[in-house]
Amino acid sequence: MDLFEYQGKQYFARFGIPVSPGAPADTVDEAVTAAEDAGYPVVVKAQVQVGGRGKAGGIKLADNADEVREHAGNILGMDIKGHTVRRLWVEHASDIDEEYYASFTLDRAAKKHLLMLSAEGGVEIEAVAESNPDAIVKLHIDPVDGLDLATARQAAVDAKLPERALDGAADILVKLYACFTEGDCDLAEINPLILKPTGEVHALDAKVTLDGNAEFRHPEWEDFKGLTEMDDREKMAAEKDLQYIGLDGTVGIIANGAGLAMSTLDVVNQVGGSAANFLDIGGGANADVMAGALEVINFDENVKSIFINIFGGITRGEEVAKGIVEAMSRVDLRAPIVIRLDGTNAEEGRQILADAGIPEDKLRSEPTMLDAARAAVALAAGA
Amino acid sequence: MAIFVNENTKVLVQGLTGGQGKYHGLRNRDYGTQIVAGVTPGKAGQDVDGIPVYDTVEDAIAATGATASFVVVPPKFAAGAILDAAKAGIEFIVCITEGIPAQDEAKVYNTLVRDFPNTRLLGPNCPGIISPGKCNIGITAGEIAHLPSADGPNVGIVSRSGTLTYQALYELKQKGIGVSTCVGIGGDPVPGTNFIDCLGEFEADPETHAIMMIGEIGGSAEEEAAEFIQANVTKPMSAYIAGVTAPPGKKMGHAGAIVSGGKGTAQGKMDALAAAGVKVGQNPTEAGELMAEIVDAL
Repeated sequence: MDLFEYQGKQYFARFGIPVSPGAPADTVDEAVTAAEDAGYPVVVKAQVQVGGRGKAGGIKLADNADEVREHAGNILGMDIKGHTVRRLWVEHASDIDEEYYASFTLDRAAKKHLLMLSAEGGVEIEAVAESNPDAIVKLHIDPVDGLDLATARQAAVDAKLPERALDGAADILVKLYACFTEGDCDLAEINPLILKPTGEVHALDAKVTLDGNAEFRHPEWEDFKGLTEMDDREKMAAEKDLQYIGLDGTVGIIANGAGLAMSTLDVVNQVGGSAANFLDIGGGANADVMAGALEVINFDENVKSIFINIFGGITRGEEVAKGIVEAMSRVDLRAPIVIRLDGTNAEEGRQILADAGIPEDKLRSEPTMLDAARAAVALAAGA
Repeated sequence: MAIFVNENTKVLVQGLTGGQGKYHGLRNRDYGTQIVAGVTPGKAGQDVDGIPVYDTVEDAIAATGATASFVVVPPKFAAGAILDAAKAGIEFIVCITEGIPAQDEAKVYNTLVRDFPNTRLLGPNCPGIISPGKCNIGITAGEIAHLPSADGPNVGIVSRSGTLTYQALYELKQKGIGVSTCVGIGGDPVPGTNFIDCLGEFEADPETHAIMMIGEIGGSAEEEAAEFIQANVTKPMSAYIAGVTAPPGKKMGHAGAIVSGGKGTAQGKMDALAAAGVKVGQNPTEAGELMAEIVDAL
């Protein structure tokens, strides 16, 4: 789950990381109130999960209420690279001496946590990595040991941060690491991390990705929901707890297992079609899950045919078949289904489908993944 | 021969008294696996269809001589269960649990490496392992795996994706090709056992004559495997990588399956493997056909 900047800052604050005083605002009036509370000058920032907000005009400085009104009015509703701005973050503007970069992620190859720290912040870190890789200090941290203050300070020294920023930076790094680990983040990034003329070090931005698997131990994450950027299809799927990603094609895809679902997209593409979605119904899916999946697919008006690709492991063929029959009695499916069913109890499943007496132009079975893909693509093209 | 598990492997199931644990534990036993014990704290003295249940892994080992564990517990208990097994001296742990927090996974992995170097973890979030005809630990439907033949040639399979593991087994079965061992390493960011571990074992296993590998987008495990293959694997290989059409920045179900910053693309992985001499199929069926050609030539 990607957090918006303001959510990331609120999360940072829980771990004692210094951020600027500010508040979110959904209207021009709320923006003015937030600005009065934060104290002028303020920065009005568009809350969208995409880079390049500043260049797009989504970040503006304001010295008084009139300027806040003007900028907030312009930015709310603005489209930034396909993302509509629905919320602002208004915070007290900081004086900046220097800009740094700091982040923690998991290095999958090393299987350890990775700190990246650079004295060249405020720009895209990928650009720094390209132009001046030596300017980024990379430090692996064993998750069993964690990160102590002395190690964090040495990293700041190695990154050539100035003497007066070292203690503040080390303190923030240790807190950011706590946010990353105890806070169950996949990514905790500050860019820029700033040094103020007063010598304080401070997070001016926040990029946080939470690990959805850890949701069970973070009831506070409930506050972050609601404003996530999903299309209507994705919202419906999320309500049904399905792993769904909307795409632009015409063949609706349902498969069990992420690998098989990805592979199904690939095969549809190879035989000249295009997938309308990625949908993994997971292991052990029962009739209800299959019925829910078909409802989501049916909701997508671009779908001209539906390809159900199931290889039973935990998922049992007869459950899948029952789900399809159930869904067809519950929803009026607009598109025909092509199914390929193999693995655990596939025979029983095929029998259930055959016995249901569903006409051939609504549902047909194909023996292999490739055959089924060809049939589904042909149906989508002919529809 | 086979890798990691065989007919002598004695398995205890952590979570045998739960719904999933019972279902898969009994299915594994029906397949012929030596399922000797179950472990559920507070349920010692009970049995599940004749399999005795103990409070702790220590007790189960003392009573049955179990050497491997099958962990089937919910995500919040999985890290603890894995470490319990390692502390008690279990040397091979299969964890199928999906949805373990990445922080827990990283901590468990590094704890095992440091404190329990003789313990191998397979998974989490994996389908398990099957040495056909000998031992099946996990959720694979045993009947889709073709038995190895005494004089070969037999194929070893290693896969990052669950259902594509079955698909690979199925493709080989259709063609009558024997399988020595099939290992599903799982799609999570920090798998306990990786491609390289399995490739090394298959290379050393006299019963394995060729290797089939199934990868997917995300991370760099396939690229690292390609380097290893180039340097260390002499047995012929075929491979398939899922996710050619996956859009960047979108997590495709698995925590690990994401193309980000132009890295981890399927094409990059296929190119790396092809450069290492692996025959790469465009879909699972083609990878199976390529393997059939390899086996015919052996």
